[in-house]
Formats: sequence, structure tokens, C-alpha cells
Amino acid sequence: MARAVPLPRKALTTALAWTIGVLMFFPILWIGILAFRTEVDAIRPPLQVLAAPWTTESFAAVQQRSNYLRHFTNSVVIALGSTAIALLVAIPAAWSMAFVPSRRTKNVLLWMLSTKMLPPVGVLIPIYLIFRDAGLLDTRTGLVIVLTLINLPIVVWMLYTYFREIPAEILEAARMDGATLRSELLFVLLPMAVPGIASTVLLNVILAWNEAFWTLNLSAARAAPLTAFIASYSSPEGLFYAKLSAASIMAIAPILLIGWVSQRQLVRGLTFGAVK
Amino acid sequence: MSTRHSRAAARLMMTPSVLLLLGWMLIPLGLTLYFSFLRYNLLMPGTETWAGWSNYYYFLTDPSFTTAVRNTLVLVGGVLVITVAGGILLALLLDQPIWGRGIVRLLVIAPFFVMPTVSALVWQNMFMNPVNGVFAWLAQTMGMRPFDFFGRAPLASIVWIVSWQWLPFATLILLTALQSLDQEQMEAAEMDGAGPLSRFAFITLPHLARAITVVILIQTIFLLSVFAEILVTTNGGPGMATTTLTYLIYVQSLLQFDVGMGSAGGVIAIILANIVAIFLMRMIGRNLDR
Amino acid sequence: MRPKTSLCAAAALAVAAGGATAAELTIATVNNADMIIMQRLSPQWEEQSGHTLNWVVLEENVLRQRVTTDIATGGGSFDIITIGSYETPIWGAQGWLVPLDDIGGEDYDLDDIFEPVRAGLSADGTLFAVPFYAESSFTFYRTDLFEAAGIEAPTEQITYDEFREIVAQVHDPDNGVFGTCQRGKPGWGENMAFIGPLVNAFGGRWFDMDWNPQIDSEEWRNAITFYVDLMTEFGPPGAVSNGHNENRALFAEGRCATWIDATSAAGYIFNPNESTVADRTGFFPAPKQVTDRGTGWFWAWALAIPSSSQNVDAAKDFLAWATSREYIELVGETEGWVAVPPGTRVSTYENPAYIEAAPFAETVRDAILAADPSNPTAEPVPYTGIQYVSIPEFQGIGNFVGQQIAAALAGQQSVEDALAASQAFAEREMRRAGYIQ
Repeated sequence: MARAVPLPRKALTTALAWTIGVLMFFPILWIGILAFRTEVDAIRPPLQVLAAPWTTESFAAVQQRSNYLRHFTNSVVIALGSTAIALLVAIPAAWSMAFVPSRRTKNVLLWMLSTKMLPPVGVLIPIYLIFRDAGLLDTRTGLVIVLTLINLPIVVWMLYTYFREIPAEILEAARMDGATLRSELLFVLLPMAVPGIASTVLLNVILAWNEAFWTLNLSAARAAPLTAFIASYSSPEGLFYAKLSAASIMAIAPILLIGWVSQRQLVRGLTFGAVK
Repeated sequence: MSTRHSRAAARLMMTPSVLLLLGWMLIPLGLTLYFSFLRYNLLMPGTETWAGWSNYYYFLTDPSFTTAVRNTLVLVGGVLVITVAGGILLALLLDQPIWGRGIVRLLVIAPFFVMPTVSALVWQNMFMNPVNGVFAWLAQTMGMRPFDFFGRAPLASIVWIVSWQWLPFATLILLTALQSLDQEQMEAAEMDGAGPLSRFAFITLPHLARAITVVILIQTIFLLSVFAEILVTTNGGPGMATTTLTYLIYVQSLLQFDVGMGSAGGVIAIILANIVAIFLMRMIGRNLDR
Repeated sequence: MRPKTSLCAAAALAVAAGGATAAELTIATVNNADMIIMQRLSPQWEEQSGHTLNWVVLEENVLRQRVTTDIATGGGSFDIITIGSYETPIWGAQGWLVPLDDIGGEDYDLDDIFEPVRAGLSADGTLFAVPFYAESSFTFYRTDLFEAAGIEAPTEQITYDEFREIVAQVHDPDNGVFGTCQRGKPGWGENMAFIGPLVNAFGGRWFDMDWNPQIDSEEWRNAITFYVDLMTEFGPPGAVSNGHNENRALFAEGRCATWIDATSAAGYIFNPNESTVADRTGFFPAPKQVTDRGTGWFWAWALAIPSSSQNVDAAKDFLAWATSREYIELVGETEGWVAVPPGTRVSTYENPAYIEAAPFAETVRDAILAADPSNPTAEPVPYTGIQYVSIPEFQGIGNFVGQQIAAALAGQQSVEDALAASQAFAEREMRRAGYIQ
């Protein structure tokens, strides 16, 4: 337990921490305010913006123009779908890397990570051609596949770092007791790895939700997630701060809330094995 | 202590991941490699001819190329320095006993959840805009001329935006690492008369080394492909001031639709990225092995 | 119950007999004001036709890249696309677009569409896109500020030198009004759209008759030096980030005394619901300098159907609806006549309701009819296009030159260096593309 800290010092650090926290959060807070202003009020100097009356007309305008619900559903399906598949593929791989390591294990892991360095802009055309021939353009299936693949390395790696923390002796003991490989995985390993898996899921959902290049370029209308929704408010004619703010809030609010609610889980696992 | 049985099983279990990633890597990479030797402009179909090394020649001798490499290094390096240094300071601060730590933590991590496109749009329009932005208003109330961020300091502005997004990530990982620091060791050092600075340098920093390595590795992977922030705010300009390697390839292959040249750029970027990767991996390898 | 059921059956039968099963069309368009109105009114067409529309509304640059990728690879993601007068002839000649010579019925009246606009959207005499709205460029100015400064608004075409003198008199940054707002945001469709006609006015051209780039010429140097000086002295801060939309907002806010830009923005600027300067804005032609050729640009936003579409008939039906006289009337009645899509139809400009609501109507029509993309410069050129060059390579070259000029505007390099780099780039590209040896 920490020692007693002099009160003035605690007050000072508190003030400092809160100042920084509010500053970091301010941009989000600010669009939260602008979203509830009229377009004309939204471009006034900040103090007048604060004083201006509240209105939800920007949300109404956005709602009238875009099918928010469809974009939202697509985002949810794509983020969860790609995470689920990535997890399914990655758990066995991470398990075997962590518990049956070979000389090549680390190289395989590093190679996997290096596939993430492939610049997406350079391979869009090949992928687009493949997707066209496979009929995957503008389908959620297509986007799930791509996002699974681009996030798979991170998922494998995160899980690997957790699994490695699990003492091998426990597994040995289970094996002695006659556990099969399957039951070893299901009943011994998984329960112990739940916190790690949970935070992997969270991080992956966040990354998938915010991925803007592939989702924008491989979708049109039917599969377009919220990243495409935002792209239609980015630089329109005339005044747009309020509508842009409203659309931004609608696009980030779900993931922000999930992130906040689950931040303890997320943090616990976000260490990538960095904490001994 | 693994048996041959479990070795075989392990290999089997790794197969799906390896195959998928191999496919994901080889198919586009193979096509990219093939395209990079073609004279292939998407806007002029049917004119594809073998180009030999000319795409590579033109890409490497393009004056924009060296600028793009330099900008990429500045962007990645700048963001890494800011987020790691800022992350350490912020983590130290949040590790102190403060009132309402939970809420402060919520505020600090929030930027990490924001889509890159949104954060770029918000910073560009609502804050850095020299006529209507919050910063311009602040400058004017203090009697100064508004600063034209994207005109005068475009790359720094983008580094700023990207750092805002990644600072929470660094802070969180470092904070978690900090919380596992052995308090008794700290107190013992204090007893021995070590000042706060030397305690930081000799106990805290070494303890954080692994976490810092992880932050650098993960962020580098994502920072090398920063794209939306540039597209939304500066389109790589003014001039070439914010054109990174990724953006240069985008210009070649998706604005000029010169697939051949874009592919050559892609291959070069992959080679460069892998050089960085090998370098990083060595560092990680040293730091992550126990 | 029975009669109702049979009625339904009859209706279903009628639809089936018409051969038109309900189709689901994907339409890609720009987030410009006129297109937003189209999107808002489109349920009426859906009701009439029984088809449904899926809208993909994107910012201009994103849209262009997205649509080009899809059409060039034959992806087939879109049934209707929004393209400009730059792409249409090139893509039409590639066979990527469905010919539209047979569009609409009797009452559609293709001849009612301005002849130059149709010509701009055709390749080898075949129409490949129908215009949604068309524009030239002219000068917007604030009547109240001109009056306060004692300036008589020009009636004839003035020179850029004279324009600059006027701007100097109305520049009042202390009160938040800048002498002039012009595009600075790099891009062939952004700052180069302003700079193209400016260079034309100063007597410059992109290429000579043998396709040798002319960007390091005296004329270009004069034009760009003029531009950079003008904007540095009398422009708003951060001009390098301002494109058409940013300037439109600035002008509507009352921050700019003058603005040379698209005539199609007039509907917005003169609309009191959108703009704070609706009753204080006037207009005169875009300035000339050593020549008056190619000083006002020509552009049309048009609707087209990719050859890869599976729903050509339904798409054609929508195109005919969205570019018809009836559509223009519908907008006039629901949104106000000032907001109707301009520049496409003779009949719009014969409509008293429009002439009355839009004081700019005749000037706009004359500017559009006067713009001659096939004869854009003082010296002869091998290309058509006033603010662009109608070859596929132009996008790349235009973007690069736009970036270099933006860097000069931001003060990062000299005009001289910007033009030298541009010339070198253009020569490289033209050599790669095989135009020159």
C-alpha cells in the first residue's frame, strides 16, 4: 500500500492530472457540444458556441441523409465477425507457440507481424481484382475476411504473450491426470486465459471498427460501415461543422462506450507480455 | 518436455494461421511483384507491356522518393518520441495517488477509440483552422496572429494529431508496467539517499524497458501505414511536405492509377518495412527473452 | 378481402408484364449541395418506378478514386456514378460507360440541353453522361464593401492587374474581411481549376503542339507569381487548405470581399437560408490579362452508367428523371427556384420563375456558352479543356503541379523552384507515357 502522501502534494498532482485529462479529452468533448448546435452557431467563437442554444437538428439532418442503422449494423457485424474468426484461428496457433515452442517459433511470430507492414495502398488493386472475381466486393463477408487477415498477427501475438504466462506445470499436471489435448485446451487453458482473450477481443474490435482504408475501398452501399458514413460528411459544400460533429459522435460513441465500460479488462490485457 | 505427439499437434494447430497469412501475403505480394514489372495504367486498359526494371528506376529516381522516406522517418520517429516520453510522464503522474483517478484514466484513454478519419477532421477543422478554429481564437484573444498549421508546419501538425491518438495507448501500457514496480525496492533506494531522478533512471526506467519496447514495436507497425490523417488534412502537401512512403504509393497507384509504378513502390516499401522490422525484432528479441 | 387481393395481384402482374422487376440500384455521388437535394427528392422516383436506390455519398476526392478503381477494374459495384466533364470523354472512349443517346422519352428533349454541355460529355459524337449541373467561373463580390470603398463594380471584363487594385481597396483583415479568397488546396480539381484559367489569361499553356510541357515558361511564371503575391497580401490565413467548399463557406460567412469561382455556387450564395451575404453579393466575369481566351472554366457534373452495371434500364430511367425538366421544376417548387441545378437546360433560363429568383441566371448562361474547351489558350494546343487537359495523365501531372504551387503559396519554396520541379515532373510523365521522346 502506498504511504501517506502530504495533502498539498496530492492536491497538486490531482489538479495536474485532471488538467491533462480534460485537455486530452477536450476535442471529443468539443464535437459533443458542436453536434448540438446549429450550423451557424457552430462556427462562432468558442465562448459564443458555449452560450448558444442546444438543438438536435444536426442529428436529424444526418439521420435524414444517411442510413445510420445500416452503417452501424455493418460495423458491428464486421468488427465482431472478423474478431471471432481471428480468435478461432489464432488460439490454437498461439497455444502451440507458447507451449510447444521450437527454434522457429519466434521467427514465425515475427514473420506474422511483418505481414502487417505491407502497405495497404500498394496492394489495393490486386485485392480489388481478386474480390471482383470472387464476388466479394461490397459484401460483409469480404470485409470480414480482410479485417480478419490484417488483424490476425496482432491477435496471435497478444494471445501468445498471455499463454506464455500460464505456468506449463499446470498443463503437465493436467496431462498426467489423463486429460486429452482437447480437454486440456478447453478446460485448463481457456479458463486461465480468459482475461487475455477478453482484452484481445476488445482491442481487435476497436481496431476493426476504426479501420478506414479497406472498409471504404471494398464496400459501396450494402456493406459500408461507419467509416464510409463519415466520409460523406468530411468536406461538403457550405457550413458543416455541426453535421460533421453529429456524424462523428454517432460514429465513435458506440466504440467509445464499449471502450470505457471495459477499460479495466482492456488494460489488463494490453500489456503484450510487457509486464512481468 | 514435449512429446512427438504434441509437436505434431502443435504444428497442426499452427497451420491455419500460417496458411492464411501466407496466402494473404503471397497472393497480393505475388501480384504486386508481377505488376511492378509491367507498364500498367488502369486508365489505359489493354496497353500492358513488359516494363523490365523501368518502374523501379522511375520510382527510385523520383525526387519525391527521398522526401517521402525522410517524411516517413520523421513522422514515425516524432510520434514515437512524443508518445513514449509523454506516456512515461503521464503514467508516472497517474500512478500517483490522486482524487478521481478512474475518471482521469477514462478521459486520457478516450482518443484511442476515435477513428483516424474523425480525429483528423476534428483537429483540422475545429482546432487548427486559422479562421474558425479554437486555436485561432485563442491566439486572437491573446493578441497574436492565428498560426496557419497546415501551411507553415504541416508535418508537425500531422505528428501532433497522430500522437494524440496514440498517447493513450502508450500511457496505458506503461502505467500497467509501472504498477508492477516493486515498491520495497523503491523505498530501499530512497533510504539509501537516492533522489527521485536517480531512482527514476536506475529503477523505474529499466523496469519499463520491456514495456517501452512493446510500445515502440506495436506503434511502428501502425505508424508506417498512417494514411487517413494525411489524406484528410493535407493530401500530402503543401509540395511534398507531408508525403510519406505510403502516401506516395497511394498517389501513384490510386490517383494516377499507374499500377505498375505503384506496385514497384509497394515492393520497395515492403523491403524497407522489413528492414525496419528486422531491426525492431532484434531489439524486441533482446528485450523480450527472459 | 377478395377485391383487394386481386388488385394486388393485378398490380404485381402489371409490374411483371412491364418487364421491369424492381431493381436495387447503387448510386455513387459527391456530397455537393445539389446532389444532397437529389438524394432527398429521390424517394419520389422510387415510388414512381418501384426500384430502390442505395446511396453512396462521398467527398469528391474519395469518390473519384473509389469510382475510378471500380470502373477501371470492371468491379460493378455501382449502377449510377457521378463524374465530371474531364472523365466522361476519356472513359466513354474506353467503352466503360453505357451510351445514352437514346435516353428518356419524347418529353425528355435532349436538344433542350445546352449544346456545348452535351459536346463536353460526348466522345466521338456519342453521349456518355447526362449533365446534372454545369458551370463556368466568374467573380463574386460584396456589393456593400465595394460601395463603402467607393468602387464602381466593373461591367466589362477587367484585367487581373485591375482586379488586384480593387482587392487592395477592400482588404480589411482587422474586421475579419479578406480582400480575396481563392483556392489554395492542392489538387487538379482544386487549386489548379483556378490556376488553369489564370495561366490561360496570362497567355500560358500546358503543352505545345508536340506535347512538350510549357510549365517553366515566362507566362506561367508571371501568372503564378501574381497568384502567390495576391494571396499572400490579400488572402485569408491558411489559404493553402482552402478548396472550393472552404471558400464557399468563408464567402457565405462574409469573410471574403471577392472570390473567383464556380458559377454553380451562386445558388448557394444567393440563398438567404444558407448564406449571410445573399442580399449583398454581385458578380462580374472572371478577369483576363494578356488574352481573354480560356479565362472562365467549363465543368459539368454528370450522371453516367458503368458498362459493368446489371441494371442498365432502371439506371437509365433514373438518369432521365434526375436530369429532366420535371426534376428542375420539382426542385424549384420544393427547395426554391434559386436552388435548382443550373447550367444544363435552355428551358431553365426561359423560365420566368427562375430568372426572377436568380439574378445571376443570364450571366451564368452566357459564361457557360462562352467557355470554349476546344480553344482554350492564346497559342494553339493539341488538347481540349480549359482548366484541365483531357488526357488520362493529366490527373497525375495536375496534382503534382498543384502541390508545388501550394508549397510556393505556403512560402516553402520559390515560384521559380515550384515551376522547375513541375516542368521536370511533367516531362518525365510525358516521356513515360510515350507522348514525347
